[in-house]
This record gives sequence, C-alpha cells and structure tokens, in this order.
Amino acid sequence: MEFHALHDRPFVFPNDSHPAWSIMIVLYPYITGMVAGSFVVSALYHVFHKHELRPVARLAVVTSLCFCGCATLPLLLHLHQPLRALNVVATPSPTSAMAGFGFIYSFYMLVLLVDVWLIFRPSIVARARTVPGRLGTVYRILALGVLDITPRAAAIDQWLVGVLSLVGIPAACILHGYVGFLFGAIKANPWWSTSLMPVIFLTSAIVSGISLLVLLYLFLCRRSGFAVDDACMKALAQLLWRFLVLAVTFEAIDLLHVAYEREEEWHVIRELLVTKLRFSYFTLQVLIGSVVPLLLLPIPAFTRWFDAPFRHSCTAVAAVLALVQVLAMRWNVVVGGQLFSKSFRGFVEYPVTWWGREGLVAAAIVLAMPLVVFYGASRLLPVWPPEAKGSGH
Amino acid sequence: MLSSLLPVLGIVGGGSSCGGSSCGGSAAEGSSCGGGSSCGGCSAKSRDADAGRRDFLRHATTMTLGAMSLTLLPGAAPAEAPAAAGPGLAAGPGGGKPVWGFLVDTTRCTGAGKCLTACRVENAVPEGQSRTWVERYVHYKDGRVEVDLVPETGYADSGEPQPDPDDILRAYFVPKLCNQCVDAPCNQVCPVHASIKSPEGIELVDADRCIGCGYCVQACPYGIRFMNHDTGVADKCNWCYHRIMRDEQPACVEACPTGARVFGRLDDPESEIAKRLATLPTGVLKQHLGTIPLTRYVGLTDEVT
Repeated sequence: MEFHALHDRPFVFPNDSHPAWSIMIVLYPYITGMVAGSFVVSALYHVFHKHELRPVARLAVVTSLCFCGCATLPLLLHLHQPLRALNVVATPSPTSAMAGFGFIYSFYMLVLLVDVWLIFRPSIVARARTVPGRLGTVYRILALGVLDITPRAAAIDQWLVGVLSLVGIPAACILHGYVGFLFGAIKANPWWSTSLMPVIFLTSAIVSGISLLVLLYLFLCRRSGFAVDDACMKALAQLLWRFLVLAVTFEAIDLLHVAYEREEEWHVIRELLVTKLRFSYFTLQVLIGSVVPLLLLPIPAFTRWFDAPFRHSCTAVAAVLALVQVLAMRWNVVVGGQLFSKSFRGFVEYPVTWWGREGLVAAAIVLAMPLVVFYGASRLLPVWPPEAKGSGH
Repeated sequence: MLSSLLPVLGIVGGGSSCGGSSCGGSAAEGSSCGGGSSCGGCSAKSRDADAGRRDFLRHATTMTLGAMSLTLLPGAAPAEAPAAAGPGLAAGPGGGKPVWGFLVDTTRCTGAGKCLTACRVENAVPEGQSRTWVERYVHYKDGRVEVDLVPETGYADSGEPQPDPDDILRAYFVPKLCNQCVDAPCNQVCPVHASIKSPEGIELVDADRCIGCGYCVQACPYGIRFMNHDTGVADKCNWCYHRIMRDEQPACVEACPTGARVFGRLDDPESEIAKRLATLPTGVLKQHLGTIPLTRYVGLTDEVT
C-alpha cells in the first residue's frame, strides 16, 4: 500500500470527495488559541508579577474574554444541526473527546468572567456611583450589588485574582491543548494522529495570543494617543520569540519524525506537502510565518539597536507574520488533513466559496466579531492601567 | 409508509425504509420497524406517493413523535432494543443474542454493481454519496496498480474505456461497506450518543440526536460515514438493520448475483456464512488500527486500504 508515481490514476473513496470540516473549523482553534494566549500574558502579570506587562495586563484579560465569548460562533456555523448544539452538554458521551468541550469551555469562561469582574471591580463601582443615566444603571448591574472597595476589599480581590489566574493558566492550557487533542486522537488520519498535536496547538495558541496583544496594544496606543511602553513591548517581543521558537520546534519535530520513520503514511503526507500544501505550508507557515519573525524578533527582544519606534515596528511586523503562521498552521492541519482520501491513493479539493454559512465572507465576519465585542467591552471597561497617561489626553 | 416518509420529512436519517402499512414506524434508525411478513418492503420510489396522504402523515408523524418525546427524557438512553425482533432473532441457538457476521468474497465479485443500486434505493442514499461501493483493483504487468470505482450500472454500460487485457497481470473487485467495528472509532468520538451500537452489535446513527458535527466522519478509518446532504446528519451502512431485524437479508446481499456478499448468523453452524468462514481464510481491513471489524474478507491483498 503506497501512493507513489506508479499509481498514475488516483483513487478517492466516494465519501471523501467533500471535506466534512470547513474553514469554520480552521477558525475555531484560531480564536480559542487567542483566548488561551492572551490569558497567559495576563496571568504572567497577575500571578508571576512580571511587571513589565502591566500596561497590557487588563487589555489581555478583556481580549481573552471577548475572544472566548465568540469561540463557539464558528462551531455553531459549522454544525449541520445547530439547534441541537446544547446536546453536547445535555447528553454528553463520556467516550467522546468533543463532549468535553462544553464543560472545559464553560469552566474557563466562568473563570474568565469572575477574573475580569474582580480586576475591574474598583472601576465598575466608581462608575456605578458617579455615572448617571442608563450607563450608570449598566455599571450598577455590573457591580452586582457589591460596592465595597475599601483597601481590605481590594486586597481580597487581588488575592482572588491571583488564585483565579493560577486556576486559569491550566484551564487555558487544557482548553487549547484539548483542541489539539481533538485532532491528535483521530487515528484514521495520519496527518493528525500525533501525541504532539496538543502541544503544537498550545504553543502556537500562545504565539497567536501574544501577537494579537502586541497589535491591539500598539493600535490602541496610537488611537488613544498613549505613549508606547518600551519595556512592555520588549517583554512582549521576548515572550513572542520564545513561544514561537517552541511552536516551530514542536512542529518541526513532528514532521521530521514522520519523515524520518517513513511509515506507510509518509508517502501520502509527502505528496500532500509538496503539492496541495506547498504554498500554505512552506511559504506561509514556514518561511513567512516562522523564519522571518524568528529572525526579526531578536532585534526588539534582545537588543537596543535602532530607535524605539523602529523596534516596535519590528515587533508589530513579526506579530502580523506570526498570526499568519498560526492561521496557516490551523489551515494546514484542518483542511490539509482532509485533502487526501483515506484510500491513501488520491487527493481531493477543498471548495473555497465566498458566500454561504461557511464561506470566506462568513469567516471574515467571525474573525471580526471578537474585535467588535472588544470595542464594546473597551467602552465599558478601562483597559488601560490607572496610571497610564496619554499625550493626547 | 410512515417510517419511509420520515427521511423525506427530515425527521430521520433515512435508515428506515419499511413500506408496509402494518409497521409501527420508527423515530430513529435504531428502532426496529418490526414489519415481519406483512411488511411490504420499500423503495425510494414509493416515497413519492400522493401529496395529500403525505401531508396527513406529516401531521400524524409530528403528533406521534411529540407523544413519544413525552416518554423520553433528554438524557435517557439513546436507543432501546428493538421492540419486536423478527422470528428467530430474539435469541441465538444457545439462548443468547444472535451473533451476526458479514463476509465479502472478493474472488466471487464480478463488479456487476447491482448491490450499489439496491443499497441506494433501499436506503434513499443521495447521489454522490455512498453507504457501500465496489473498488476494482487492476495490477498491470509493468507493476502499476490502478484502482477505480465500479459504476452502479456495471462496466458494460459505463461507456468508459477499459484496460487492455493483455496488459493486466491480475484484477479483482473489493466491495466496501461498514465494518461494524467492535471498537468503533466513530462511536467513540460522537459527543452526543448519536452513534450507537444496537444490542446485536450493529453500529447505528440516531438521526434525531446527531448534531451534524462530522467528527464521526473524520474518525472512521474506512471512509464509510458521510454527512447526508438531504438530512443534514451523519449517515452510514448499517447492514440494513431494518431488514435483518425482520429476518431479511441486507439489500446488497439480496441483490448480489454471485454470492460475493454473505450475511448471516455466526452462531448457527448451518448458516452459509458460518460454513464459508469455517473453510476459507479471511482477513479484515486496516487491522493495525485495532478497530476489530466484523466484516471479513476473502482474498484481501496488501493493496486494499
């Protein structure tokens, strides 16, 4: 059983002609990855007291919440029976990896909600007392009747935030490691079936979360007229570089392992890489998304070369490319794994469409939704630390 | 007729196709129609009966399912044992459950394609999707091995150019259908108990529970499962569960002119499948995956995936 040049007539199992999972399943791990990644940044400040990250700590946790709130959107769009979606939590099958999603997601969402509430409680209470009208009512509702912001209450809040962040780190890791497990545990698919998949998904998730924060931070600073904190950007660049190194290493180990062992599935994976995924894997994921940022990031992360704006620009470019890398990686896994038939004798096409429930336009809307939610959240909650000062304010 | 209309109404996945008015109908593929001898059999054509009667039955179906839903809690067991098994199926010779098996003899298959049409009609399988198919393997003298799908019309009427017999070293046909794995990955991954194993060990889809996530489609190593375009839920070969529960043969077995597909009871030494399995060496597909398929093959080669 080999797929090689002698098989000049490809053969595809009849039911493999149409990939069952669409671009929405590409976006699902992409969005949950940002949730996990941005939470890790927040936790680094709140738990591990990495004070350089203070300017983005609040931003990180709000970003995580907004993306978490939208994480189920691509799944709902993908389900053929979306009205039965809650069956996953109502009648879960204990043997199914997918059945755990509802519980892991709900737990993480709960941790995030309480975490955000505690972090922003002083601001919420202050506004509940001062802001008049409907907006004031919103803040009074958000305060949940707890208006005590004495130093003693604040200390308890801070302690609880630390505990929740401590709980949230493994929860975020489980949430995204679990997403990788969904793919890694499918023995029917040799492109997915690897125990490294959860680790690959998790590290790349953190990469995407940090990248997102870099871009959001720079954008918001520019928009609000706030000065960019050089130490914070340096810390973010270092984090991004380190996790990108980890992600790329795990991805490379996985591929090298399959390639070196040359088991029967390698023949189809090799064909897949050099034909169907040539651009999205080698060009986007490896060259543009991995090599370039890995070379670029050491400048802002570990040197004082050039002036600060240039270094920040390097970090921003690397962040954009890292986001491309992670998206390409998700695409190559999810779609790539469906481009060969389980006959291992032929390939199929993924029909990219503009319109429809699972088309590119819907995908763009799904990707934009967390940012829209973030815009709304940032109007309600002060994402900047209290001491932040803007040149324009 | 009631159960045959359910797929049309989008209520069930198309597994049931009993046409007899005496049958009790079924809300899920996992339920038996219990048709027995009075069951008139069924075909996709019969589903196009007059619209008035269909409207009446649609309302009747809704009310019936509504009444049934009152008796079923959301978290209740997904499928119950068939209420009325066909004669001789209630217990095996030793008093236990029947032990069914399926044997595919590749040395007998001639690629007639009759099984394909029979399955499509019996189970209302949409065009472009398949619960079963037949692969043709052609080993050429120059070392090439080509595989293609046998057309439903057979090769004689397909009009496609055929290989030159002088170039061929050997050729054979391999019918594919659900392997009814003992340790079925599709069953394992289903998040909502929509993939269920009947008490007789047949892997079924509960179309009323399926959320259409497609995870089972990904998990089946044999490419048997698909998302039914018409019903929007997972679909698969179930060895014609609705037929075998009333002591009939699966549609593909009944249609096979050469006896390449054999279904029967392994616990009955007088059954044809038991006799053949006792004398022929057999194998299973993708054994290394450890799914323990119940569908066994005679004449498997390494080329077959």
